[in-house]
Amino acid sequence: MKKTSPSLRWVVLAALVLAPLVLPAFWLQNIFAKAAVFGIVALSLSFLNTYGGMVSMAQMAAAGLAAYAMAYTSINGSGLGVPLPWPLALLISLTVGTVFGALTGWIASRTRDVYLLMLTLAIGMGVFSFAQQNTELFNAFDGINGVAAPRLGHLSLNAPIPFYVLSVGLAWLLLVLVNHVVRTPFGLALQGLRDSDRRLAALGYRVTLHKVAAFALAGFMASVGGVLMLWYQGQIAPGSVGLAAATNILVIAVLGGLRRPAGAFAGALVFVLLQTFATDLFFRDRYNTLIGAVFLLVVLFLPSGVLGLTDLVSRLRRATRTRQAGEQSSSIP
Amino acid sequence: MTTRLLVNVALNGLTLAALYFIVASGFSIVFGLLRTVNMAHGALYLLGAYIGYDVAAAHGWWWGVLAAAIAVGLLGAAMQKWLLDRLQGQDLRQALVTIGLSIVLGDLLLARYGGLTYQFDPPDALYGSVRLPADLGGYPTFRLFLIGVALAVGLGLWLLMYRTRLGMAIRAGVDDRAMLSAMGFNVPRLFILVFALGAAMAGLAGVIGGSALSVAPGEDARYLMSSLVVVIVGGMGSLGGAALGALLVAYAEQIGLVLFPHYAILLTFVIMIAVLAVRPRGLLGRA
Amino acid sequence: MFHKTPFSRSALAIAAISGALLATPAWAQVKVGVLATLEGPFASPGQDSVRGVQLALDDVKSSAGGKSITMIVEGTNAEPDVVVAKARKLVEQDKVDVIIGPLSGSEGIAIKNYSKSVPGVTFINGSSAAEDTTLRDPSPNFFRFMGDGTQWMAGLGRYAYDVKKYHRVAIVSEDYSFPYSQVNGFMQEFCARGGKVPAKLWVPLGTKDYSSVIAQLPSDVDAVFVVLGGSDAVTFMSQYNQTGGQAHMMGGSITVDQSVLSARGPFRKQIIGMLSSGPTADNNDAPEWKSFVAAYRKKFPDGLQSPSLFANNYYTATKAMTLALDQVHGDLSDHQAAFRKTLSNLTVKSPSGEVRLDGNRQGIVDVYLTEVDQNAQGQLFNKLVKVTKGVNQTLGQPREAYLAKGEAGRNYPSCP
Repeated sequence: MKKTSPSLRWVVLAALVLAPLVLPAFWLQNIFAKAAVFGIVALSLSFLNTYGGMVSMAQMAAAGLAAYAMAYTSINGSGLGVPLPWPLALLISLTVGTVFGALTGWIASRTRDVYLLMLTLAIGMGVFSFAQQNTELFNAFDGINGVAAPRLGHLSLNAPIPFYVLSVGLAWLLLVLVNHVVRTPFGLALQGLRDSDRRLAALGYRVTLHKVAAFALAGFMASVGGVLMLWYQGQIAPGSVGLAAATNILVIAVLGGLRRPAGAFAGALVFVLLQTFATDLFFRDRYNTLIGAVFLLVVLFLPSGVLGLTDLVSRLRRATRTRQAGEQSSSIP
Repeated sequence: MTTRLLVNVALNGLTLAALYFIVASGFSIVFGLLRTVNMAHGALYLLGAYIGYDVAAAHGWWWGVLAAAIAVGLLGAAMQKWLLDRLQGQDLRQALVTIGLSIVLGDLLLARYGGLTYQFDPPDALYGSVRLPADLGGYPTFRLFLIGVALAVGLGLWLLMYRTRLGMAIRAGVDDRAMLSAMGFNVPRLFILVFALGAAMAGLAGVIGGSALSVAPGEDARYLMSSLVVVIVGGMGSLGGAALGALLVAYAEQIGLVLFPHYAILLTFVIMIAVLAVRPRGLLGRA
Repeated sequence: MFHKTPFSRSALAIAAISGALLATPAWAQVKVGVLATLEGPFASPGQDSVRGVQLALDDVKSSAGGKSITMIVEGTNAEPDVVVAKARKLVEQDKVDVIIGPLSGSEGIAIKNYSKSVPGVTFINGSSAAEDTTLRDPSPNFFRFMGDGTQWMAGLGRYAYDVKKYHRVAIVSEDYSFPYSQVNGFMQEFCARGGKVPAKLWVPLGTKDYSSVIAQLPSDVDAVFVVLGGSDAVTFMSQYNQTGGQAHMMGGSITVDQSVLSARGPFRKQIIGMLSSGPTADNNDAPEWKSFVAAYRKKFPDGLQSPSLFANNYYTATKAMTLALDQVHGDLSDHQAAFRKTLSNLTVKSPSGEVRLDGNRQGIVDVYLTEVDQNAQGQLFNKLVKVTKGVNQTLGQPREAYLAKGEAGRNYPSCP
């Protein structure tokens, strides 16, 4: 378990706080806030993998279900659902996602490694198929669109600066939560589970319960991301929970390095930057090739993800310092 | 349900199972020996389909089949030699590498061939319909041909696995890789051969499947998912398991489409989830 | 050091002028975003749509109302969330003034809802033809200069029942908003005359394996009404042909569109004689259509053998934009108020007849009943059978009564 150095954290924090004063709305909303939202969903995947040893491809499905629940209980342009006051709608959505997470964890409790990846992929695809076919709750192929974000007074939550503050703020909070949880007895048991669940069971821990709880927490985090995603897009459709969407979250988590939680956000930022500007820099529509190639390079050569580059820098610095010390000592007559 | 519908569902299920078996056989071999989940299997299928289409349009359908198998087999060998071999033992990282390859390959194919759907021109003997007895209507000849191909593939692979030295080495490798190496087999070269074989099967399946249905972007994801389901349900490394899995999945789909058409697609995933949750190594798989 | 020779002074002048020409300031430009499906089952129609836009821009030499027109194309895949993401990119990143598109039915509904949140941009529909895009809860800055899927079926139900004597028809259709509208349009007339539809088989967009659908087609029907588009249509026809089926066929507007008729493959034998209805007829001898076809063939020798309805619709949308821009002399101020007012009152002479808008900014159009035929060169085309002029969105029925009947969907209309 690695953590980003304290000085780096203060720099990042300062940059994020100052950003609304300096950057135009496009950057705040479509780059940083978007990266925060995807990062939150990727964080849930990263958390499960790093501390639980479980790669779940169902995180986007959890986020999507929460988004659908929120859209269903909000005023929308598809004429579907029952509008409720937004705090109640929010509670329902987060519950839906968390319960889905717990259910996924329960179904997956007997599988491990690549089988778990495939199982959660199947669950995600099952949710996608259902969403695409069902008209009563999901509005089938069309999805639910024209969803209005809640208003606080005369401030709409999906205006650039409020949305930026909300998403980046929540991202920070969830990161703090993850870092806290992994140091609690539950978190330690989870890591024990990652290393050897048979040993953990022998010690008297209830392995299945721990897995379900971990997945539930991941589901909760993904739900937060899902609701934010709904407010950002103003709509939710089956494509948002499909295979491509699930793969993107995996790509983001891997780009960020699966060894530290904050990596998810670094990965998300890289992803969003590539997605937004590749069309201008690279051949028009080939940004998938670009992202795929970057992903391959990271998997093959940078197991710590793009943040591994900072490790590279510090390693180089240490190497040069050692070399300089060596030279000095050898030059003493 | 009328007799006609019943006969059609029975045949549809059988022919679809044949197609799924042909597509999944390559995936199963690679999964069985190398423990590699080749998430690029669907992309290799699509590549084979497109290469086969180009060659078939110029030289004829049979040449298309051959070209697809050889070309994709060579690519598979390259993948194993340069990308996957260095990650031997790290299952997750291998799966991730193949995911990355599938993204890149899928996008490059989209760039080259566009979003259009291509239809093969199979030889006349294989195209058209066969009149079923007792006034039950017609049935596409090519789909019946699929059954023949599936039997040939199954038989060929069985002979390879159980009647040749190479096959013996492969089966031994499923149980104990270290021992195989200790006995003097060049394990890395064996792995390359196996991966190439699996990839060649995918390429071949691309032309076959493309001729039965059609070729378009998105088929890679579809056949990857179906291969995953078939191999999971049937069991890792087991040819019989792949056949059983294919039959189960195909019939579930076809019957589902008749009984509850809107949610039939879900049935495939429900089966996969149920099997993975309860018996992770599949119906006929070994630990 | 800088010698003020005549040479250097004129060089400076040339540099200044070319600089001014290259950097056209924002106020002298109109940025137009184009949304077309360049991926997925409608990739070929998507390509043809862009050709339609290019033809219309060529007509006015890419300039209207005294401003030069810049076109930015974004590809989509018929999924609602992708099209909105691309529209947002055009609006927020490329800062377009007008968006032309989208192509597919469900995209249109999503874009209509999105357009309500960006009142500063005008949206002119490309070819999306779901009813509800304008029929229910329309958007004030969304204009549709063409008929919707329901309007395009005007006359088909009546003709099938009265002239062809098809009294029992089974329907095979894609499962989303646009085909719902087409089935609605057909069944409104067909059921009213006493026709029966014993089976409606819905398939997800992009289905490849139609064996189950074909197996479930009732054998005692007079005809099968196929409402599939693009590559789905090609795949279904091919598989049906391989089953040796002999039923009469009718097609939806995009089932026998030129993007399908131009495709290669054994399915072609199945299509000849197929009855359909839509916004165009290939052998229409109206002068506007003939000059459109000639211009298309001249500019796009690698395109389809004849322009598809998608090219026609995107062309008309772009033409409406340039006409309106000319009339207001390029004035896009005050949230494009004058421009939009002009659009609302515009009558466009499209290649397939006159188009004007109703109160919901929905087009009132001419509809063509067609039959697929083969010409001397072996090419397939839609032969004109009958024209119905001036069809409106409620098919001539009073608006309140029409709306009260219910939304087009899987279960409505129904006459088993």
